[in-house]
Formats: sequence, C-alpha cells, structure tokens
Amino acid sequence: MANSTKTVAQMLPGEAAVVSSISTGELANKLLEMGFLPGSAIVYNFSAPFGDPICVSVSGYDLTIRLEEAAMISILN
Amino acid sequence: MKRLKVALAGKPNSGKSSLFNQLTGLNQKIGNFPGVTVEKKTGVCQLDADTQAEIIDLPGIYSLYPRSVDEKIVAEIFSDKRSTSYPNKVILVADSTNLQSSLLLLTQLIELHLPIVLALNMVDLSAKSGQSIDVNTLSKALDLPVVMVNSRNGHGIQELKKILLAPIKVSSQKFYSIDPEILPTVENFKKYFHLESNYEAYQYLQQVENLSFISESDKTFIKQTAQASNFFPGKYQGAETIIRYQFIQELLNKVIIKTARSEWKKTSHQIDKVLTHKVWGYLIFFGILFLIFQAIFAWAQAPMDLIDLSFANLSNWLRDVFPSGPFFDLITQGIIPGIGGIIIFVPQIAILFAFIAVLEETGYMSRVVFLMDKIMRKFGMSGKSVVPLISGWACAIPAIMATRTIENWKDRLITIFVTPLMSCSARLPVFAILIALIIPEEKLLGFFNFQGIALMGLYLLGFLAAMISAMAMKWIVKTKEKSFLIMELPTYRSPNWSNVGLTIVEKTKTFVFEAGKVILAISILLWVLASYGPSSAMSEAEQVVTNQIEIGIIKPEEKENQIMAYKLQHSYAGIIGKSIEPIIAPLGFDWKIGIALITSFAAREVFVGTMATIYSVGNTEDQTTIKSRLREEINPDTGGPRFTTATGLSLLMFYTFAMQCMSTLAIVKRETNGWKWPILQLIYMTGLAYFSSLLVYQVFS
Repeated sequence: MANSTKTVAQMLPGEAAVVSSISTGELANKLLEMGFLPGSAIVYNFSAPFGDPICVSVSGYDLTIRLEEAAMISILN
Repeated sequence: MKRLKVALAGKPNSGKSSLFNQLTGLNQKIGNFPGVTVEKKTGVCQLDADTQAEIIDLPGIYSLYPRSVDEKIVAEIFSDKRSTSYPNKVILVADSTNLQSSLLLLTQLIELHLPIVLALNMVDLSAKSGQSIDVNTLSKALDLPVVMVNSRNGHGIQELKKILLAPIKVSSQKFYSIDPEILPTVENFKKYFHLESNYEAYQYLQQVENLSFISESDKTFIKQTAQASNFFPGKYQGAETIIRYQFIQELLNKVIIKTARSEWKKTSHQIDKVLTHKVWGYLIFFGILFLIFQAIFAWAQAPMDLIDLSFANLSNWLRDVFPSGPFFDLITQGIIPGIGGIIIFVPQIAILFAFIAVLEETGYMSRVVFLMDKIMRKFGMSGKSVVPLISGWACAIPAIMATRTIENWKDRLITIFVTPLMSCSARLPVFAILIALIIPEEKLLGFFNFQGIALMGLYLLGFLAAMISAMAMKWIVKTKEKSFLIMELPTYRSPNWSNVGLTIVEKTKTFVFEAGKVILAISILLWVLASYGPSSAMSEAEQVVTNQIEIGIIKPEEKENQIMAYKLQHSYAGIIGKSIEPIIAPLGFDWKIGIALITSFAAREVFVGTMATIYSVGNTEDQTTIKSRLREEINPDTGGPRFTTATGLSLLMFYTFAMQCMSTLAIVKRETNGWKWPILQLIYMTGLAYFSSLLVYQVFS
C-alpha cells in the first residue's frame, strides 16, 4: 500500500482515479456535498495557468478546487 | 384572490433564475429579508384567474448547511414557520444533467416536512447529452410531484403552475436517521419549540448561530444542552451527506434509463482549452475588459448627455413656471438636479452589468474566477473578488453587494474595503474637466492622445491602490476561518437574453434606489448649506454686487451669476470651506476648492456643478465655459493662475483616492454589520487622498 496516500493534488492531466477518503476537517462535509464521495470516479482535467486551482470531473460535473483542497482528497488508482 | 407563497430553491447553475424570470417576468422586486442583510428577490406569478403566487428566489445552494452570507438565509427561511417569508410550497429546481448534486438539498427539505414539487430543468441539455430519466418512478420513489421544464423557452411552465394550484402533500420519504446519541435531545427540542419534524429540531442544534430568529436566551439554552450531550455544530454532517448520497445513488440507478454520453461536454472542454490557456486565456480576458471599458466610455456618452440636458431643461422650465421662493428653489435647484445626478449614471451601470450578465450566463465568469484565483490570493482576495472589482468601475454599491458570494469573511472584507478605490463612473466627470484643464490636447507620436493616457493612468492608479491596500490588509486582518474555492465550472452555453435584460433592470434599480436615496438626501442637505448662511451676509449679496457694478468691477450682464457666487461664498458651505483652508492649503487648494470638496463629500460628481456656481459660470452644461473660467482664475498670492499643473494633479489625486460617497459607506455598514469598517475605510481613503495630494503638490509646485 505504498501509494495509498496519493491525493488529487498529485494527479496529472487526463489521469483518472477513485476517491478513497476525505481527510477530516471543517471542509470535509463541503467536499462530500459537492460530490467527492468515497468510491466515485474522478478525472483530473487541467490546472489554471499558475498550476492552481485545478479543474476535475467528479459526480457528473466539472469542479474547480484549489490544490489545498485537492490535497484533502485521497485517491486510489 | 388567493395568494400563495412559493420558494424557489436549488443548486447554483440549475437555471433557477431563468425559471424565476419565466414565472414572474417583470413583476419583480428586490427587498431585504427582515432583520438580515441578504437581498430578497420576489415576484408575482398569476397561477390562474383567482390565484396569485408570490415567488421567492433563494440563493443557489447545494445543501442546507451554509458557507456564505448568501446561503445562510435558506436554512433560516425554511426553519422559521412564523416568518412572513415562510413558503406554503417549494419548487426544487434540479439540473437534469446532474441530478445527483441537485437532489441532496431536496432530501433535506423533504425532512423539514415541506410540500415540494421537483422541477427537472434544462431538459434540452439533458436530451442533448443522450440521457433518459424515468420521471414516473422518480416521482413515486420520492413521493412528490415531478415536472420537466425548460426555463429557457418556457416549456413545462403551465404544467408546473397546475401542480402549484393543487394541494401538494408532504412527502413521506425518510432518508437520514439522526444519530441515537443526540436523538433524545432533538426530540426534547421538538417538543420545547413546538416543531413538526425531528430534522427541524436537529437544525436548531446544527445551525444555532445561523438562525437569527432564535432568541438569545434560547440560543444559550441550545448551546448548553448541546455541550452537555457532547455535540458541536458540524458533528455528524459528513455521515449525513454520505447517507443521503447513498439513497440518491440507488434512486438514480433506478430512474436513469440511459446515461449521458461522455462526449456531450466535448465542445465545452475544447472551449476551455482556449479560454483557460496560459497565454490566450489572459489575452482574451484583458481583451474583454478593454471592450467593457470602451463600451462604458464611448456608448454611454450619448444617453448621458441626453439625460444631462433633459434635467437641466426641466429645472430651467420649472424655474420659469414656479414662483420663486425657498420651497420652489429647493425643488428646482436641490431635488431635480439631485435626481438628475443619480439618473445620469444609469447608462454606464446598465452597460457594465449587461456585459457581466452575459459573461455569467455563458459560464465564462466561473473561468475568470478559475484564471484569477491564484493571483488574487496573493493580494488577500479570491477569484470571486474579480467580479466585484470590475463592477467597481461602474459603481461601488452593486459591486459591494456582489461580494456576498465570497464564502470567506476575510476575503470578502478585503474585497469590500478596496472596491471603492476602483474608479467609479462618478469620478469620470471630475477627471474629465481637470484633465482638460491641465493636460495639453496633443498627441504623443501623433497617435496617443495625452489626455487619454492621463485618464487611463488615473484608472490604473486607482486599481493599483486597491491591490496594494488589499495586500497590506492581508497581513493586518486575522482570521481563523479557512479560505477555500470549491466551485462548479458549468458547461458553456449561449446567454439567455431575457435573463440578461432582467439583470440589467435589477442592478440599475439597486443603484437608483440604494445609492439614490442617500445621494438625494445629502444633495438636499448640501443645497441648504450652500444656499443659506448668516442672514446679514446673504441679504447683502444683491447690494454688494450692485455696488460693484456701479464702480465698474463687474459687468452688469453678470449680475445674476455674481449674486449667486457671493451667496455661495457667504453660505454655511462657504464658511466651512474657508475654515478648512489651512488644512487644504498645503495641497494647493484654496477655500473655493474647499467648498467643492465639502459639497462633493456625499457624491463626488457634484464637484463640477459647485465649481460652476462658485466661479459664477451659471450654466453648467457648457464644459468649455467652466474650463476657460477656471483657467482665468488668479491665485492672489502668486499672481499666476490658480489651477496650475500642480494644483490640478493634486486635485486629481484627491478625487482618485478619497472616499466621497455616503451611499458606499451606508452599504458597507450594512454588509459588515457595523460602523467599524466604513469608518476605517473613510479614514484610510481620505488619509491616502490627503497625503498623495500633498506629495504631488509639493513635488510639482
């Protein structure tokens, strides 16, 4: 389980993965509400010109999140 | 006539506003929810011959748990049965292309025991994506009426109205069982507060700080009980969300017969490749900004001139018709020009918001947030601050109101604080006359107009001051709240023009009524200060001028204007102007300019009119007359002209930075819930204006 701690912040353009967990904290519920649910597929689309924020597809729509939030979302792929 | 109250709820980008516009058309008004600062958009919809519905448009939210000022109101509305805004029925507007994120809020509202109709909106896009939904099964599973609508062309609206006319029973569906640990407390609250559902009582626990209708003593009681049961707001929320989504997932597996083809968003993604490109993205954004600028300056000119002329004519005509006297003078010289001074900005504000509405409608504004977020964060703001800052070029009032979507308090506060430094349209007439006075009308390299460059420089200066001030505030203001950006990037689509039209009407109304009432009140007060003074001096005016005509200092044809100038100089405003002269002398201003500074405290554009009166030009329509009169003015100390380059530049600095807008202060007070920030803003901006003027004058003189 070497890469079990990989997060959305480390994904590359075009990469797909499955959300494994959301780190606890005040934003956890907001991320869940927006569709970052454990088990859902996530695709990294592209980042903004300075590398942050990023655009991902999850739960049927495109969302923008900052790298800080992306680091709270653990993935498996 | 029967009257229903219907609330429109749903996630952002679900076409909720279009549906609201379809239902109500131009029968809309904007007010405030009692006791809170959030804007309340309501409209009337005729359901049938004898039933009307008052439709309340609520801010777009994903769940009942709020993150921004805007969102707090929704939980409040649905939890306070005694409120006059409590709806009889609710329309839950869902984005058919993304039912999952649309239904979370629905499951929460059902558990508040509200009678709901589910409107599946954007069926056109859903069809385009190749998706099919089994509406009957959906309706049965949720135990509520479901209707398909297209808020762009009005399809399904009649059906929706029919459903609203019939009684809607509360859905019996259950989704979430409150954790057994806290359930006894919730049940006690339900009894104690006489509530219908457990979930309602649960919201009292979860959102005790957000529900303003709960009395302070009840809040203390709720908080103490929560503490005793080891509960804190936010606890169990994650688990609740997951359980709700599990239900929604299972439901969607049943009702979505055919899933959307993945390639239907391909065009949108291709557009994104260009619009968020590291070079093209910014070039296009700055190109659009340039276009907006061009539009505000060039296209607004003709209607503005027309408004100016009409009000001047109206005022003159009334002066001829009415007998003279203090009451009629108040109307013709105080109130009418006051209203004219408000209406004149309507063209610029309308044009700016037309652009902003189109950019928001198409989905481009979310990309601007995306592009600018990283840069704006360096300055203590967020990508969402861009729209308020751009709006600030037209008027700070709608701009400051647009900050309500910024979730983080610090980001929002900084945006509110620096927005008035963006040069608003009221500064333009002042800039125009001063630039014409001190900058030669020549061309650099035969192409760039010096006056144009100077004007651009002033806008740039205001913008830089805003950004630098924001950066400084980033270090000063402390917050524990975490800033975040989690936002949908909606699929691009062509704008819905009736939405654009209604946004223009709405924003213009906001300006006219919010700014208008303050500007009008202050302009009346200032008119009084400028028209009245210690009675001996005022009554002498005519005699003094007549004497001066006799000894030949003044030409007889200038008598009227000279009397007015004399009166202004000896009025209360004149007295104040003279008393502040020692303070403003180091800036290169004399007491006459002092009077103009005083009168333009409420609204800066008054400067031009005051200068015209004080230099007895009389008629303010003719800018060249004012200009040449100002040029002739002699400074008695130096014997040279009063309006030297140094004085002109100093005045320009002052008007670029100074907080001379009572309406903005009033809005900032409302949006920040107190006098602290507007007072700090007033001190900071006036200080900045004073010292920059001082510096510029001392360097150039």
